[in-house]
Amino acid sequence: MRYLVYILKRVVSLIPVLIGISFIVFFLIRLIPGDPAATLLGVHATPQAVKELREQMGLEDSLPSQYLTFLGHLLQGNLGYSYVYSSSVVDLITVSLPVTIWLLISGTVFTLLIAVPLAVLAAARRNGVVDNIIRAVPVVGLGMPAFWLGIMLILVFGLKLGWFPVAGYGTGVVDHLRGIVLPGITIALTLSPILIRSLRASMVDVLGSDYIVTAHSKGISTARVVLGHALRNAAVSSVTVLGVNIAYLTGSTLVVERVFSLPGIGQQMINSILGRDFPTVQGITLVFAIMVVVVNLLTDVTHAALDPRVKLA
Amino acid sequence: MTPPLLEVRDLHVEIPMPHARLHAVRGVSFSVGTAESVGLVGESGSGKSLTLRALLGLLPRPAKVVSGTILIDGEDVTGLPAKSLKHRLTDTMSMIFQDSLTALNPVMRVGDQIAEAPLRKLGKSRGEARAIAVDLMREVGIADPERRYQLYPHQLSGGMRQRICIAIALSTKPRLILADEPTTALDVTIQAQVLGVLRRLKQEENVGLLLVSHDLAVVSQTCSRLYVMYAGKVVESGDLLDLVTGPRHPYTFSLLRSVPDPDRRVARLLTIDGRPPDLSEGVTGCSFAPRCPFAEDACREWEPEPVAAGPGRVSACRRIDTADRWTSMVSEEAVSQQ
Amino acid sequence: MSAATTIAPALPASGNRRRRRGRWNAPLVAGLILFGLIVACALCAPLLTSQDPLKQDLANAFLAPGAKGHLLGTDELGRDVLARLLYGARVDLRVGVLAVISPLILGSLIGLIAGWFGGWIDAVIGRIVDIVIAFPFLVLVIALVFAMGPGTTSIYTAITLVGWVAYCRIVRGQVLVAKEQEYAMAARASGLPTWRILLRHLLPNVVLQAVVFSMSDIVLTLLAIVTLGFLGLGVPPPTPDWGTMIQEGQQFILDKWYMSTIPGLAIIITGLALALIADGIVEKANQ
Repeated sequence: MRYLVYILKRVVSLIPVLIGISFIVFFLIRLIPGDPAATLLGVHATPQAVKELREQMGLEDSLPSQYLTFLGHLLQGNLGYSYVYSSSVVDLITVSLPVTIWLLISGTVFTLLIAVPLAVLAAARRNGVVDNIIRAVPVVGLGMPAFWLGIMLILVFGLKLGWFPVAGYGTGVVDHLRGIVLPGITIALTLSPILIRSLRASMVDVLGSDYIVTAHSKGISTARVVLGHALRNAAVSSVTVLGVNIAYLTGSTLVVERVFSLPGIGQQMINSILGRDFPTVQGITLVFAIMVVVVNLLTDVTHAALDPRVKLA
Repeated sequence: MTPPLLEVRDLHVEIPMPHARLHAVRGVSFSVGTAESVGLVGESGSGKSLTLRALLGLLPRPAKVVSGTILIDGEDVTGLPAKSLKHRLTDTMSMIFQDSLTALNPVMRVGDQIAEAPLRKLGKSRGEARAIAVDLMREVGIADPERRYQLYPHQLSGGMRQRICIAIALSTKPRLILADEPTTALDVTIQAQVLGVLRRLKQEENVGLLLVSHDLAVVSQTCSRLYVMYAGKVVESGDLLDLVTGPRHPYTFSLLRSVPDPDRRVARLLTIDGRPPDLSEGVTGCSFAPRCPFAEDACREWEPEPVAAGPGRVSACRRIDTADRWTSMVSEEAVSQQ
Repeated sequence: MSAATTIAPALPASGNRRRRRGRWNAPLVAGLILFGLIVACALCAPLLTSQDPLKQDLANAFLAPGAKGHLLGTDELGRDVLARLLYGARVDLRVGVLAVISPLILGSLIGLIAGWFGGWIDAVIGRIVDIVIAFPFLVLVIALVFAMGPGTTSIYTAITLVGWVAYCRIVRGQVLVAKEQEYAMAARASGLPTWRILLRHLLPNVVLQAVVFSMSDIVLTLLAIVTLGFLGLGVPPPTPDWGTMIQEGQQFILDKWYMSTIPGLAIIITGLALALIADGIVEKANQ
């Protein structure tokens, strides 16, 4: 019950940030040089259509009232209309958003599969071979562009070995799952060095703490001590790091979708940019920001669930 | 004669460092009988805590035991394979620590921490383990144990947490509890309560106690026999009363003098000047000699052998023959300084 | 904890004795040498290759590395890959370094103001930071570049508008600590104008952390720039850029794998050099 209240309070506290986000997205369109209505409609728009749209958008009104209109539309779930795709922006996003969410989930799962065992191993055998390799990798891998890594994975596992599809999302669940493995691994490989570093550091910290000695002194198995006591505690601090980085790397889904031709919102955003489809770009920018806010919320909620010391008040 | 419950012979612990080795415990031997309370006393850095941790194989990195023998019920367990050694040690002994807040897992309910050993080690069912935990909580004097079972460490007071730690230590049904400064972090009233719990366990449950402390007052409330450690060695041992009334090593003597005695009006508290030797370098002669008010040249050259100093007493001092005059020697010195 | 605290005093004593006293450490030296070489290659591009990075020669397209006159081969339009790589370095490094300097300055100043004045100013700035951080870095940069139109100016501006927040947070935190220090108190008590206290007394003391961070930030900025190029939103063609080169090579990945691999390696090596410098500086700062 207290937990639910806590979640509710966290959600309420997000409102100012959400308003700020809508503000930035609103002004994004005003940055475009020239008449927004003309730009929205594209090159082939008739002057009549431009005039109609200007009225419809309320461009003759003052900026504050324009913003209020925009916000009002947002609250009704109206993100505008894409003249390029002849479809409402919300519809475009509804089709592509699940792909991006699956990609994020797959990326997170692979990240955990890679990072947790390696970090535990490195921390348990400190200064061993695994540990030293793991500490060197981030320095080398920091400058590795995600899109290049994706291309290399396609080359090796898609083209040479043929284990996974080279591109696309296919049809049906099996195709979807196969199609999302390499992109997920691409995200995981860029994300896990950071997580390994943080998880290793907290594991080393935790393994040196007194309650681990207490646990050992109970005579229970080492595996139980490491997994039951140490990992749980190390996870408390690392879940925040993971959250921050998933939020950050939400942006890289855009690139990864491009490389693997996945029909997610990132791919949609690039196509819309290349097609100068302003309303869609605006809408997707907003959705990305909301995704980050949601990931951060989930992080906080998970953190509170893992750590009883977090004040739920 | 039955062998003691625990006997340690010639224990050496070293801490490797980049270009040296810190010889932190230098040949410590002692024994604890069944249901006996024994104190291990010394300043911080004397190696007493390392000695205690070495007994359970819980030395902090990178310290390690380089040699020594541990006997349980007279049987040498040192040669056992790692896994059975761990079982043998943790079956016999368990441990409580100075800081109960850090000694408890912050993200686990205290009751579950007590129930863990019965559940995972003694093979009890969840319900049984829980019942055992609640009983143990009651036994260490925690009121309303069912409700407190559900709490996390940070929700309890320091004294209550230390009781939880004792309950955890008892959960493996040990015959000996190793306590590392268990009351140092507590205020005086709570200290007395916690020591009371430990004393009662000894009387009612026949659980022995090996208590490490820098505080002679605490040790003398709980223990019947003492080992005094200095610079990684036992310098003197014997029955509490003998040791307190007639120390046979200058270090014990100085320690006793540094305890404030409310019954006697002492003009100033005698603190021990100087610092313990750096154990990463070799120590020649008696390690206490540089700080010893009674040291003579020979003390600085030859390492003293432990010698019998009365019934059940051992001291490693070559000037033991002058022990009766130490008190007067120091007060003369104090006078001459003024 | 008592055992650990018991041994603790002995450890720093022996550490002190052997602490490295040099001004340089291995990562820093290695990073500087590597980065120096890369910059030198970029600056001396006309000396290292006689080829024009823009000159098309369709008769000699898709030459493999090692071909006569084209050490790293040619691309699909017959342009020399080595020349494009070297001239691309000029573009990417210049944009990367410049695109770090302006967020560093902007963010540090805002952080200075937020930390020093506190109160509602700090609250407002803090909220703005929260909002900007809610956007994935790349998404907001892309959206801004898109809205402002293609070109290097848009890239600088976009990265500045998004990137300042990190510096603002770092400097603000430092200022909160520094303003309680005696030198800050003394400066305040002396009645100097506020701007003078901030710029002459406080800034030099708080900016170090931000500069250290900017080193690793260069890597991320460089990545962002080549990513923009890869997505077709970067430096407008035909100017050579590593990201664009990788993107062009991807179409021919099956039999011309080196077309994407070579510029990728260039990015990784540059990233490695910068990461080593950043590590070295952190190590130095921690001493």
